[in-house]
Amino acid sequence: MSYSVTEPSRRQKWFAGVLVVLYALITILPLVWIIATSFKTPSDAIAYPPKTFFTPTVEGYVNVFTTRTRLTEEQLQAVGEPQTWYDRLVRKDGLVISGPSRFAERFTNSVIIGFGSTILCIVLGTAAAYAFSRFKVPLKDDLMFFILSTRMMPPIAVAIPIFLMFRSLGLSDTHAGMILLYTAVNLSLSVWLLKGFIDEIPIEYEEAALIDGYTRFQAFYKVVLPQAATGIASTAIFCLIFAWNEYAFAVLLTSGNAQTAPPFIPTIIGVSGQDWPAVAAGATLFLVPVMVFTILLRKHLLRGITFGAVRK
Amino acid sequence: MLHSPVERVAEATPHAIAKRFRGLSDRSLAWLFVAPSIVLLLAVNIFPLIWTIRLSFTNFRVNRPNAEVEFVGLKNYISILSDKDIWLTMQATAHFLIWTLVLQVLIGFSLAYLINKKFRGNDLWTTIIVLPMMLSPAVVGNFWTFLYQPQIGLFNYAVGFLTGADPSSFSMIGDVSLAPWAIVIVDTWMWTPFVMLICLAGLRSIPDSIYEAAECDRASKWRQFWTITIPLVLPFLMLAVLFRGIENFKMFDLVVQLTGGGPGSITELTSINLKREAFEKWRTGYASAYAVILFVTVFGLASIYVKALNKVKQR
Repeated sequence: MSYSVTEPSRRQKWFAGVLVVLYALITILPLVWIIATSFKTPSDAIAYPPKTFFTPTVEGYVNVFTTRTRLTEEQLQAVGEPQTWYDRLVRKDGLVISGPSRFAERFTNSVIIGFGSTILCIVLGTAAAYAFSRFKVPLKDDLMFFILSTRMMPPIAVAIPIFLMFRSLGLSDTHAGMILLYTAVNLSLSVWLLKGFIDEIPIEYEEAALIDGYTRFQAFYKVVLPQAATGIASTAIFCLIFAWNEYAFAVLLTSGNAQTAPPFIPTIIGVSGQDWPAVAAGATLFLVPVMVFTILLRKHLLRGITFGAVRK
Repeated sequence: MLHSPVERVAEATPHAIAKRFRGLSDRSLAWLFVAPSIVLLLAVNIFPLIWTIRLSFTNFRVNRPNAEVEFVGLKNYISILSDKDIWLTMQATAHFLIWTLVLQVLIGFSLAYLINKKFRGNDLWTTIIVLPMMLSPAVVGNFWTFLYQPQIGLFNYAVGFLTGADPSSFSMIGDVSLAPWAIVIVDTWMWTPFVMLICLAGLRSIPDSIYEAAECDRASKWRQFWTITIPLVLPFLMLAVLFRGIENFKMFDLVVQLTGGGPGSITELTSINLKREAFEKWRTGYASAYAVILFVTVFGLASIYVKALNKVKQR
């Protein structure tokens, strides 16, 4: 191996490694704590000093999916022996399950609205990005800047008229309304990112296809789309994560029917006060998919979060 | 279907192009591809913005749809700019903005610099550091209220463990002097990786040959750092500051869940204040004027900043 002046020495590497690992361990601690809390009993969760070792229980997960009521001794006897494992779990605390909570519903809303807006965003974004990348669009730079500038608006600033508009169109608190809204919010990201990806595909491929007698549209979907597949997939995941995490519009414009999980999870309360293991269980179910995607996506991360402004 | 608008446009395009590409001409295809996105953005972003501007000159209230709407001119703007509470809100936002940017730039750059030493496994640790940034600020912010609880909270316990203070003696989100720092800490925890990633891209874009040349000229490491590393990373760093600046000026979800603007209104950032005016007090016209002022501020500051950024890039 040749000697390089720019290669850090072993001692430097070791020192840098220790500091970074230390920071990573501290920064990950709150997330580990969320997951750990979700497997604690309520009394373990609020123990002092905070408990690192505890007997895991799925009580938090049972609680996040159900609503429970407290019964008196006589009432409990009238109800009879608990039938299922989750019945037995809540019976320990003198409770019975009175029905499902709205968590599953809110989670499903997040999935429907997240995927719906992502698909729409990718379809519209790919088409617009292709046009911006390949055709002479009048006022191209102005349009691209206009698309980016829609991102600068504070959500609350446009929330009032959107609220009024949705109300008059019958879109308030509906999945369709939220899908349209999130599509518009994410469209800037999707157009900017995808334009970058399509710019990188050599134009010669399409020219060859055109000479072979393909129409422009055929060249687009038979030559360009397969080439851009990785770019489209990572853009889609970014759109999905942004829609998944969105809170401001969700809390202002939805209340029942189309409410997503982020405004709902903080409102989870137990029979007696804040039920932190249940909140943590809800949060864990909601956050872990994003963590997995982040790990899968780590190579494209930078491009996604900077609107393609920084390329690796 | 022969006379669909698309085909009529196709017919109208010059022969030469139509002959080269059967089917849709490039021009009509371009419009067909761009139009839906532009229409959606106009409908969901620009139309509401214009509506906001219109409402800002009225005394309209959403909760009183039958009341007569009066044109009040600049009254809303004047009463906002002369309102002392709004200036306090602006101060809270400025405190939040400045400290999060300073901390995130310092920690983010240092981390990027260390990761760029390319120790073994740096990829894995980078990914772990990035995780907080990808998660829902509202859900995570809500959980931080648990970490900040006096006595039982992990944060207070850790501080107590390290400094010897009694963990139940202070409340990060309940104390007027600590709450502004509570939101700065969580935002820094969450978004430092963003600055780090962009700095890392900057550091990796510097070709080795520049350092080799500097080494030949016997420039000290310290000198190399200040005359090569910093100037070449600066445009990237400024880009990161722009993105974070815009985002934190709009900050809503994380802080609303963390402190809700409290205690009192000590952490009431502009977006939270605006939400109160618009959706709790229902002063729609007034809140619209407020929104316009905020938007103009962000846009103005961002434009000035982008000019500065371009100057740095050109150097």
